[in-house]
Formats: sequence, C-alpha cells, structure tokens
Amino acid sequence: MRARRRSRAFHAQLVFTVLVAAFLVVPVLMSITAGLTVNFFQGVKSGLTLRWIGEVWRLYRDTITLSLMIAVACLAVDLVVGVPAAYVLAKARSRWTRLVEEALVLPIAVPGLATALALILAYGTWREFRTSWLFILVGHVLFTLPFMVRAVLAVLSSIDLRTLEEGAASLGASFWQRFTGVVLPNCRGGILAGALMVVTLSVGEFNMTWMLHTPLTKTLPVGLADSYASMRLEIGSAYTVVFFFMIIPLLIGIQLAARPRRMAGVGEESA
Amino acid sequence: MATPGLARRDRPWLIALMLPVLVIFAAFFILPMVRLAGVGAGGPRGLAAYAAIVTEPRYFRSLLSTLALSAGVTVLTLAIATIAGVFLQRNTFRGRSALIAMLTFPLAFPGVVVGFMVIMLAGRQGLIGDISRLLTGQKLVFAYSMAGLLTGYLYFSIPRVILTIMAAAEKLDRNLEEAARSMGASAWQVVRDVILPGLRPAFLSAGAICFATSMGAFGTAFTLATEIEVLPMTIYTEFTLRANIALAAALSLVLGVITWLALALARTAAGSSVAASA
Repeated sequence: MRARRRSRAFHAQLVFTVLVAAFLVVPVLMSITAGLTVNFFQGVKSGLTLRWIGEVWRLYRDTITLSLMIAVACLAVDLVVGVPAAYVLAKARSRWTRLVEEALVLPIAVPGLATALALILAYGTWREFRTSWLFILVGHVLFTLPFMVRAVLAVLSSIDLRTLEEGAASLGASFWQRFTGVVLPNCRGGILAGALMVVTLSVGEFNMTWMLHTPLTKTLPVGLADSYASMRLEIGSAYTVVFFFMIIPLLIGIQLAARPRRMAGVGEESA
Repeated sequence: MATPGLARRDRPWLIALMLPVLVIFAAFFILPMVRLAGVGAGGPRGLAAYAAIVTEPRYFRSLLSTLALSAGVTVLTLAIATIAGVFLQRNTFRGRSALIAMLTFPLAFPGVVVGFMVIMLAGRQGLIGDISRLLTGQKLVFAYSMAGLLTGYLYFSIPRVILTIMAAAEKLDRNLEEAARSMGASAWQVVRDVILPGLRPAFLSAGAICFATSMGAFGTAFTLATEIEVLPMTIYTEFTLRANIALAAALSLVLGVITWLALALARTAAGSSVAASA
C-alpha cells in the first residue's frame, strides 16, 4: 500500500553499505573457492576437488586437534574460576572488587605479544612447562577470562541477586545451595554467551600463541601462518576453509546468544 | 535474617571463590609483567632502553608509522561504520539482517586470516589485480604495501566498530531530530548537529578499541610480511632474530602502556556510562 519512494540518499547509503559488506565477504568466498578448486590460477573451470582439504588434514591434523583441546581446556578453566569470580564481583561491590575487575581486563588491553613475551621471560627456563601445551593454555586463559567474567557479570547485574538469595537463605538454604541452586541457574544465558566467545577466541588466537608455541605445540592459527608462508595458495585456502568450518557455527551461536541483550564486551579481542 | 548478616556469613565463601582467579592472575600476569619490566631495564642500555623508542631512529620510525596507521584506520573505520551502522539502524528493508550478519561475522577472525583475505583481494593472484588488468592492462598488487596493511586493519576493525555504533544509534533520541527538522534544519544539519554529537561516546569508546587493537595487531602484518615495520613486528624481530631481549621487553612494555592508556583515556572522556562496553 505504502508506495513510499526511497530517497536518493537511501540508495546511496544502501550501495555504500553493500560495498562494505562485499569487501568483507568476497575474500572469504574467494578463499573457499580457492580451497576447493584444482588450480586457482586457472579458475573454477579447472574443476572442483577435495584434494587440498585432504592434504590439509594430512599435514595439519595435529594443529586442529591441539586447538580444539586447548579451547575445551580453556573453557573448563574459565568456567571453574571465572564464573565464581563474576559472582563475587557482582555481590561484593567495593573498591577492591572494582580494582580486581579492572585488573582482569588488562590482558585484553595489553597486546598479546607483550603478554607472551612476559610469560616466556618469567617461565621460559622451566623446560617441561615451556614445551607443553599448558604453556599456551595459560596465555589463552588470561586472554579469554575477562570475556567469561564480563558475560556472567552482565547477567548478574541485571537481576535482583540480593532478593533471590535472601529468599533462599530465609528458607534455610546454605551458601553452597544458594550458589548452585539459585545463582548458577540464573546466569545460564551469560555463561552460554561467555562460553561461545571463549571457545571462538581460543581457537583463533594467534598474537600470543605464535610466541608461546614450540614445533611440537602448533595450534591451528600457527599452522595457518605456516601454510600461508610456505604452501601453495590452494592449500592455504583449504586450511582456511577448515578454520571457517570450525568457527562459523560458533560465530552464529554468538549472534543468536547475544540477540536478547547487547554483546557484552565483544569487539575488544585483538586481531 | 538481615542482609548485613548474610553478607558477613558469606564472606569466607566469597574469598574462597575469588581466590583461584587471583592466584592465576598474580602468577601468570602480574609476576611475568614485573619480570618483563625488569628485563627491559636490565640490558646493556639499562633504563635507557625505555627511551630507545624515541631516541633510536629505527624504533622511532616504527612507532610513528604504527601510530599513523592506527590513527588512520580508526578515523576511516569510524566514518565507514557510522554511515553503514546508522543506515542499518534507521531503515528496514529486505536483506537488512543478512547485511548486518555479513558486516559482523568476521569479528573473531584472527589477524593471520585477515592477512590472507588481503592477499585474496590485492595479492599477486588477487581479485583487484584481475579486475585492474581487465580494465587498464595493469595488474594492481598492493597487499604487501602500506595500503595492504590499511586494508587488513580496516577488515578487522569494521565489524567491531559497527556493532557499537549500531547500539548507540538505537539509543539516540529521535525527538531531537524531529525538533531540529521542524525548526528548519536541513538533513545535513541534523546529521552534523544532532546525530554525530549524540554518537560521541560511542566514537570515543569504539575508536579507542580500534586504535588499541591496531597498535597491537601482529598477525596481519606477519602474514603480509610487508616492508613497513609496525611496532609489534619490530618487537618480534628484535626478540627472535636479533636476540635483543632487553630491548624487545622494553618496547613491548611501552607498547602495552600506549594501548592501555588509549583505552583508559577514552573511558574517562566518555564517562562511566560506557565503562561496561569499553
């Protein structure tokens, strides 16, 4: 019914926005194509193949499994130490907790390269630790913890925690019963959003990991850098396709989880 | 049953729940950072290593080009994200949510992948080269120059900033714009005098994040292996190739202070209202 004619300004902005979106999406589509074609230089007409994906699996399987292992371990640590910490920060509002909250964000504010260098200088001589995957895990935990804490804190600050807890306490619930029976179920949404973010960031972390890794502890992004530098374009592309395949479901999950609320703290992870 | 009683009774529990984070943070962040500062001052130059970033021409050049690149990326990203973000927030049309998804999904791409995206666009076998050869006969390749770095940094900055701008644009008071229009303001005057000032806090917080991320970005420059030395690449070269550990430590600490300051200053300037999202 409303045959409202869009103005010229509308169309100009639409074209602009589409161009920006194309700038972001076209190279992704190109690398997917390159990873699946026989010869990228000759184009798609040279035929489609899964050969490069197979090659990536053969060459870099270990990096994929290591990245998944570190991401899961990182999530576990963040859940066990980060969620309780967020609860304490939400409950005990004081100068001290605010200071802790500020401090925890420092590993995001400081470039990953600096944090990695600091870790190497402090613990690099401890051989067993330096050469184990736990060394990388430590870096990932530092970097992802603030995202978990903030996601949970955002939810806890939006509910009336005190009334809920006093209600439970007046019914005789112990601290532990209140924490597991009242607090945790109420911050499920925040935990989910934080968890998706943590796994996504851990799987993609490069800045720190490049310094922390050893030849035997290569993660997926480390392998990617390696393949971009030393492999033919098709293999680098196929490897990137594998990475997209792992990360895009997580990114969609983040967008869905963030829909009811604003993404808490998204956008600060270093590139 | 009063609240103070409950809070006091819970105190030992709260301390116990907080303790693991504090231990991890002290052992793996504070202690290493103290060590980093010590190593930085413990080289042949002593404390002067911290001044090397301005006194040594090579490092100073690297600092200047990183600052210029980061500032340029920040300004361009804010401009692009504001045009696209306000447009998407203000208009409903078919394909809008698809556009939003496309503009935000590279959010968590690591720097190395972003570098590869630039190679796809502007590298030796890139799309831009193919198009330019068709049009002009010349193959345009700029992935490995300053323009390539700029392209990469825009690539990872736009998705981050556009989310903040859209959230801020949603909260703008439309009545102010109506009032300005009814008093005879042109569309451009509304943008300049009402919308842009309203977005100021978002510009500060998103701009600071964009700037700090660009200053510290390593993966993109690493993949593109450009001839332009950005500070993180300089630090990396000093540490691994020249084994100049004290200097690498000092430079990275200075870089950390710069990025932290940028974020802290923007937060103070924008007021506490954006503290949660900065």
